Amino acid sequence: MNLNFLDFERPIAELEAKIDELRFVGDDNDLNIHEEIQRLRDKSDSLTAEIFGRLTAWQIAQLARHPQRPYTLDYLQRLVTEFHELHGDRAFADDPAIVGGIGRLDGRPVMLIGHQKGRDTREKIRRNFGMPRPEGYRKALRLMQTAERFGLPILTFIDTPGAYPGVGAEERGQSEAIARNLQVMASLKVPVICTVIGEGGSGGALAIGVGDRLNMLSYSTYAVISPEGCASILWKSAERAQDAAEAMGITAPRLKELGLVDEVLEEPLGGAHRDVDAMGETLKSRLRRQLAVIEAEGTDRMLERRYERLVSVGNWKE
Amino acid sequence: MSWFQKLMPSRIRTDATDNARNRSVPEGLWTKCSGCSAVLYRPELERNLEVCPKCGQHMRINARARLEALLDDGSAMELAGSIQPQDVLRFRDSKKYKDRLAQAQKTTAENDALVVLHGEIEGVEVVACAFDFEFMGGSMGSVVGERFVRAAHFALDQEIPLVCFSASGGARMQEALFSLMQMAKTSAALGRLRDAGIPYISVLTDPTMGGVSASLAMLGDINVAEPGALIGFAGPRVIEQTVRETLPEGFQRAEFLLDHGAIDMIVDRREMRTTLASLFALLMRLPSSPAQRRLEADHDEPVAG
Repeated sequence: MNLNFLDFERPIAELEAKIDELRFVGDDNDLNIHEEIQRLRDKSDSLTAEIFGRLTAWQIAQLARHPQRPYTLDYLQRLVTEFHELHGDRAFADDPAIVGGIGRLDGRPVMLIGHQKGRDTREKIRRNFGMPRPEGYRKALRLMQTAERFGLPILTFIDTPGAYPGVGAEERGQSEAIARNLQVMASLKVPVICTVIGEGGSGGALAIGVGDRLNMLSYSTYAVISPEGCASILWKSAERAQDAAEAMGITAPRLKELGLVDEVLEEPLGGAHRDVDAMGETLKSRLRRQLAVIEAEGTDRMLERRYERLVSVGNWKE
Repeated sequence: MSWFQKLMPSRIRTDATDNARNRSVPEGLWTKCSGCSAVLYRPELERNLEVCPKCGQHMRINARARLEALLDDGSAMELAGSIQPQDVLRFRDSKKYKDRLAQAQKTTAENDALVVLHGEIEGVEVVACAFDFEFMGGSMGSVVGERFVRAAHFALDQEIPLVCFSASGGARMQEALFSLMQMAKTSAALGRLRDAGIPYISVLTDPTMGGVSASLAMLGDINVAEPGALIGFAGPRVIEQTVRETLPEGFQRAEFLLDHGAIDMIVDRREMRTTLASLFALLMRLPSSPAQRRLEADHDEPVAG
């Protein structure tokens, strides 16, 4: 298994390498080797559990950006049947950094929208590393309004370093595109459930992240600015990214504690990329349950509660 | 400074002479225009609303001075002024957030970066908000978000229009994700205004960037900008680093945004009051103000009707 281990996973990587070696010699040797492999397996699991039990915010940020981390389309495959991808903002272009379409979740039609990163170099570039341009947000808006017209619940999946900072993006109104989505999503007359599956990068993430529920996978992050960006502005050095990650509280459990996130979805041991199917199952059952609860409220109550949630966020004294 | 003030901890000391609004002390009598470098007489520049009389450069103006110039004399009442910032994250970078707040409060004599007043512009009742860029770069945290929402709700209840002058570097990093969520919060409140048909005019001033630009500042029924204002989502330096080329002259300036269809008009600060009064009266289907009628009468062709 080539798992592409991160720095802090080195001890696990070494064990896994040993297991692979033994497996290789195991073919022409006696049974003892199988026992040995099993012993190392258990050891690797307990080591993983131990290391993952005390991750720092910065380590979690690296997991959220792991090269093998499942992306939106990996989950959509597992969540819905009869998926049809829908393209374009009807004004300028189709932005591959955001994907969207209709499909069936347990037989019921839903609209699905998410950021999409690329796996290999060519696709990474094509999808602009998951950094949308205004047309991406406008495509998302168009699909959300379509969903509203046809009474389809909306499920969004957040995974972006941020909205793309480019000349064309500015010319075509990146700010307006994001702002418009925030305003419209607040009053869409269908349930909206948002889940951060990887990187929740600032306004570029929020632009498809306003709804009735906000979930985070346990090794995803959500922040107003990247730890590197925050460090280079406030500490005047990007090297202090670890401190910035800690200070901003970008992890799922911390944000739940602060009341900014509704539910944390536990990832499989070692991260979602170790068992995408299991993660997909967890996601599916959670979304299904949340959808049932929101729909039971009725549209008026749902909209009132969504608005109250949105306008009550913050800390102040008077 | 008296011996008593010297004894007070610097955090709570609010010395009147430190007040940015009160610059008419002798040593600050002359100032340089940031555009044409002309040496300008401060009291005259203040009378001219911080616009250079020589070249028309719009320099930054603090929130209260701006709103005082906008609203009819004696009409203004502050809203939500008692809301105070709170550091629940105990955020600390090279400095403590608490200390940064205290410092900003001391230099601006404001307790956060947004001021909200209820008053009249040429007799049209409005709620007017303005960002104070001097206060931590006009950054939007919980207090700014809450004040803005209260301003919007007040406008909604009273059925009077809302205007906001933005001048901000974006979200306030020291409030982390809470500050990001203020974008959704303020935009949601503006959605209520939109649904109720209450006009909202956004005036984008120098600079309006990041989270403020990507929420309340771009959502006006009419978006107005001041001449030369820097307006955008990403900062020019970030874009330069990303695309690795120098940016074209005038990129992200108000005139660039007008060319690209992002704003409705560019208005000189000295004309702001009459322009806003007219726009609001038109959107609210109110008769023209006496001042507006005088202005029209000066034109060659009277407007029909």
